[in-house]
Amino acid sequence: MKITFPRMGTSYIAIADLFRGLGNEVISPPPITKRTLDLGTRYSPEFACLPFKILMGTYLEGIARGADTIVSSGGVGPCRAGFYMEMHRRILWDLGYEVQTITLEPPKGHLSDLVQQLRRLIHVPLSQVWDAVRFAWKKLELLDIIEERAYYLRPRELVRGSTTRAFRKCLSIVRGAKDPEELAEAKSQVEEILASVPINPEAVPLKVGLVGEIYVVLEPFANGEVAETLGELGVEVHRSIYLTKWTRENAFLDFFRIPADRDAKRLARPYLDEMIGGHGIINVGETVIYSRNGFDGVIHLAPFTCIPEIVAKGILTKVSADLEFPVMTLYLDEHTGKEGVRTRLEAFVDLIGKKREKEQGVAW
Amino acid sequence: MMRIGIPSTLAYYEYFPFWDVFFRELGFEVVSSPITTKAILDWGVKHTVSDACVPIKLVHGHVRYLAEEGVDLLFLPRMVRVAPKETFCPKFLGLPDLIQASINNLPPLLSPRIFLRYGRMSLFRICGQTANSLGVGPLKGLRACAKALDAWHAFLRSLREGMTVAEALGIRERTREALRGPRLALLGYPYLINDPFISANLLALLEERGVQVFTAEMVPSGDLKRLSRRMRKNLFWHYSNRAVWAAMYYLDKEMVDGVIHVTAFGCGPDAMTGKLVELEAKGKVPFTTLSLDEHTGQEGIITRIDAFVDMLVRKKAIA
Repeated sequence: MKITFPRMGTSYIAIADLFRGLGNEVISPPPITKRTLDLGTRYSPEFACLPFKILMGTYLEGIARGADTIVSSGGVGPCRAGFYMEMHRRILWDLGYEVQTITLEPPKGHLSDLVQQLRRLIHVPLSQVWDAVRFAWKKLELLDIIEERAYYLRPRELVRGSTTRAFRKCLSIVRGAKDPEELAEAKSQVEEILASVPINPEAVPLKVGLVGEIYVVLEPFANGEVAETLGELGVEVHRSIYLTKWTRENAFLDFFRIPADRDAKRLARPYLDEMIGGHGIINVGETVIYSRNGFDGVIHLAPFTCIPEIVAKGILTKVSADLEFPVMTLYLDEHTGKEGVRTRLEAFVDLIGKKREKEQGVAW
Repeated sequence: MMRIGIPSTLAYYEYFPFWDVFFRELGFEVVSSPITTKAILDWGVKHTVSDACVPIKLVHGHVRYLAEEGVDLLFLPRMVRVAPKETFCPKFLGLPDLIQASINNLPPLLSPRIFLRYGRMSLFRICGQTANSLGVGPLKGLRACAKALDAWHAFLRSLREGMTVAEALGIRERTREALRGPRLALLGYPYLINDPFISANLLALLEERGVQVFTAEMVPSGDLKRLSRRMRKNLFWHYSNRAVWAAMYYLDKEMVDGVIHVTAFGCGPDAMTGKLVELEAKGKVPFTTLSLDEHTGQEGIITRIDAFVDMLVRKKAIA
């Protein structure tokens, strides 16, 4: 059994370690390229969303490298993503690739299903399982920290591109860490590298929140590298979704019925009083939070034809007008190009810069 | 007398007979918007969030019509769940909020949350609460609900006897003569297929070509439920599930010579539904998709169905 899985941002580094630690042979998902997307688009339904098409391509490339089993998450709707593993399987089988699939459904009610699926992935004694999970989790946390730090450094850097270079270096160091000791060593190395990026400590950059559908927020290829572009335009980016935080809230706390994201949901209620699936309701609430915390604007990322995000966009328009808070939605699909995204971001940054100038009377 | 407005789109095509009787029994006047017109569509297109599908644009237009008509109350139920393990499309779930965010000067909305956790029991409860909120008392609501259910079951019976929704609602006349052309499963949202304007008169066009039409609503619900167990995992959405199960039903029984999936441009759930139906039909009967939006012209539809129907006729002649 050779397994592959979806690639989303930097998480693949830790997830590959996890599956390896559980005793599987892993075909790590290759970097997403134009070719991946073209391949995925060719075999996907026309109006499937961008994440569906990218995953389709990733799976096909994984299969070409020898993978015979695909692991992915499930879901209970109403967002389409919960059905993707099943849809991908049917399309792949129709193409003649009889791959096995392991779908990790959220542990709502059917814990036995989840346990059964997990057992197919575990080929080591239980004691080692704990170690593998812990190691992967630590790695995931470190990856999230690196990304968060990069968002802080980029608008303040003195040499354009130095943060991004440091960021890539950090990733390759973390990827190389094979055990907890090496990871601890990697952590201190990473801190050193990031601390050595020369910055202007007195800069007060514009601040922009990123909200939207989780896949396109986390995967730079899917969003035209919006975070990097904003950073290099001198904007500090804040993201509401990090994979470690998201997993803790949606898989762990939810299982014990501990409500997460309470604030975001409460603040969204005057505008949207129903779980519409995906990240629809959270995005509305997070936007309100950003506007209260002194941010200059919000970029809302949505895959074209994403159902929950279209509803969210309709409502964000009103939120934006009510709070006098700039919000821009970027719809993303297979025709989205990095330069097109850059043009729109430049216009947005100009606008929020002028707004701040007017309000505070100082040039940023 | 208080006038309650019901937009003639979306859930109208499944539940209007119910709500019509319900509100009339409670002593209200029911005003429904006319079947879609060019003006309704144009207004909706102009005022709806970009990237919404055409049915959502239509409902904005219909709501606007009723607001200008001066109704006292606008009935826009939040359709969440009517059967276990599925919901309506997220756009239905957020519809009252979306409408309120995009249209100004609306009459007050009456938007009960339709979540039938305990089936019939929940329905009675919602009806009682709705009647109470309208100031007529919950007991009257229960009685009106019972009457409304009778009317709705009569509507369902005419569907099972082979009427399309448009015929059962009186939007179209039922054909008298027997049709001899190919038998087609016409699957998709009832609010697209049965709306003569947005579908470019699809049902009439098919009838002119002698096509016998079979829709998802004609399949007995027990059979649909049985077929749902054959899926490894079912879809999450009400109309999508019915389209997929109905496809399996008609294909199993070899009742149709071809399948047409009618969808709205950019429809999210249908990207999954269409592919599933296509895979079900593969190797059995020909399949095609008709995608509708605000730019759909009748000529384009005619070209496509002519090509498909001709192909079915020839295929039959060869066999």
